[in-house]
Formats: sequence, C-alpha cells, structure tokens
Amino acid sequence: MTIGLSHYLAVAAILFTIGVFGIFVNRKNIIVILMSIELILLAVNINLVAFSAYLHDVVGQIFAMFVLTVAAAEAAVGLAILVTFFRNRGGIAVDDAAVMKG
Amino acid sequence: MALQAIAFYLLATVTIGSGLAVVSVRNPVHSVLFLILTFFSAAGLFLLLGAEFLAMLLVVVYVGAVAVLFLFVVMMLDVDFGALKQGFARYAPVGAFVGGILAIEMIIVATAVARGGAASGVREPMSALGGLSNTETIGRVLYTDYVYFFQAAGLVLLVAMIGAIVLTLRHKPGVRRQVIADQVARNAQSGMRTVQIKPGEGMGE
Repeated sequence: MTIGLSHYLAVAAILFTIGVFGIFVNRKNIIVILMSIELILLAVNINLVAFSAYLHDVVGQIFAMFVLTVAAAEAAVGLAILVTFFRNRGGIAVDDAAVMKG
Repeated sequence: MALQAIAFYLLATVTIGSGLAVVSVRNPVHSVLFLILTFFSAAGLFLLLGAEFLAMLLVVVYVGAVAVLFLFVVMMLDVDFGALKQGFARYAPVGAFVGGILAIEMIIVATAVARGGAASGVREPMSALGGLSNTETIGRVLYTDYVYFFQAAGLVLLVAMIGAIVLTLRHKPGVRRQVIADQVARNAQSGMRTVQIKPGEGMGE
C-alpha cells in the first residue's frame, strides 16, 4: 500500500470542508470563524506542499511560506479588531456588527 | 514503506479528527488546543512529504505564536460562550450536507488530477535533490527568483504589526503621563512667575 499524491489531496479536501463547515455552524462565534479560516489556509498549504513534493519543484513550498505569512498577519489583525470590538460593545456577537457605523 | 503508510494514516486521522473538534467543541479554549494539535500533525504530514523546513516553520509560527495569540484573546475576553453556541444544532445538518457534497466533489477532482495530471507519472515524493537539503533548496530559490516577494512578505508583516498596535492602543483619560518634550522645553521664564500679593488678602485664583 503506497501513499500517493491523491491521499494528501484527499486530506486537504476534507480539512478545507471542515473549515467551511465550521464557518457554517458557528456563525455567532467570531473566534471559531477565525480558527476555521486558519484551517482552510492549512488545507491550501497541504495542497501546495503535496504538489511541490510530487512534481519535484520547490516553488510550491515557497508559495506555502507566503500563505503562512499572510495567514499570520490576518490572524493578528483579526484578533486586534476583535479586541477593539469587544471593548466598544462589551460582547463579540457577530450579529451586533451590523450596527457598526462609519 | 509500510511504516510510512502507517505514519500517514495516523497523522491524517489525527489532523482530520482534531480539525472536526476545533469547530464542534463547546469551549473555545479546547478549540484552540485542538487547533494546535491539528497544526502539529499537519507538520508531521509535511515531514512525510520531505518538506522539513516548512514543517518546522509551521510548528514555530503556529504552535508558538498564532495559537498562543488565539489562546490569549480567548482568555482575555470575558464572553458567555454558551450563548454563542446557539444555532449549532439548527445549522449542523445543512452544513454537513453541503460540506459532504463539497468534500466528495473535491476528492473526486483531486483523484482525477493525481491520476491523470502532470504529477501522474511520479511515484515518489521529492527527497534531497542533488545532494542539497530541503532548507538549502528553498533558500537558493527564495533569495534569487523570489527575493522581491520575500521583501513584500516582510512588508505585509510590518503593516499587520503596525495595524494591530494602532487598533488596540488606547489612551485612558485622567492618567498623567510623563511628557519629556515639555520637560526639556521648560526654561526659567516659563517655569516660574512672580505674583504681587497685597498684605492681608492672600492669593485668590
């Protein structure tokens, strides 16, 4: 039983789906939504690294590194916005975000 | 070879199981801990693929920084997470239905690509091409062909850092702070004033 490219792609597809499912069912909890986005980006990274390894081309890993950079920046800014939102409104229910102005 | 298959199935099962736990457990602190487990086992999958540098990067950046950031925010905010979990049971069937179809479609396409695409003839993942280690190979490409992208990535991180600081910085009213510029600009004329006080009246402001 040899492990091929399709095995890794299947794992990435399932992980991506879990991320989408997490956004679906946790619509009110923005922290879990941010974590779901991290899961989706991890699935993309697994895809890039798997193709990079099986095509014998290292550029995929470089792109995975850039995805990692953007994911880290996104998490930092997202959590900063969340902290500011919590300070201003006293809660983090996403439904309240509809009343934001300006 | 069998050992590699066992390692792959173990790591893949842990990755998917803990990924499911991230989105379904009630307590967000447990969610963050399962997220750490997901990233750790994904780093194991990267190791199996021969991408040692990215595996270590994933452990350092995610387990060391991003997950701790999440943990910090979850514990800092005093939120009633039970109320936020409402609607889970209502949306779960629809979400599972849509997600299941999405996963099946993606796996079918991925299998077709893996069997008939550009990588179909390759049986073995890349391992140490031309005697160079994985890190050295990445460095040779990253610092030559992709050096501008590398600089742009640094810029993205700088902007994100400044943005996060600007968003969370606040000045509390009523707190007296030391203003060094004012202290340095002070001289004999501005620092002292003479008042003539008549006898018996005192000084009224």
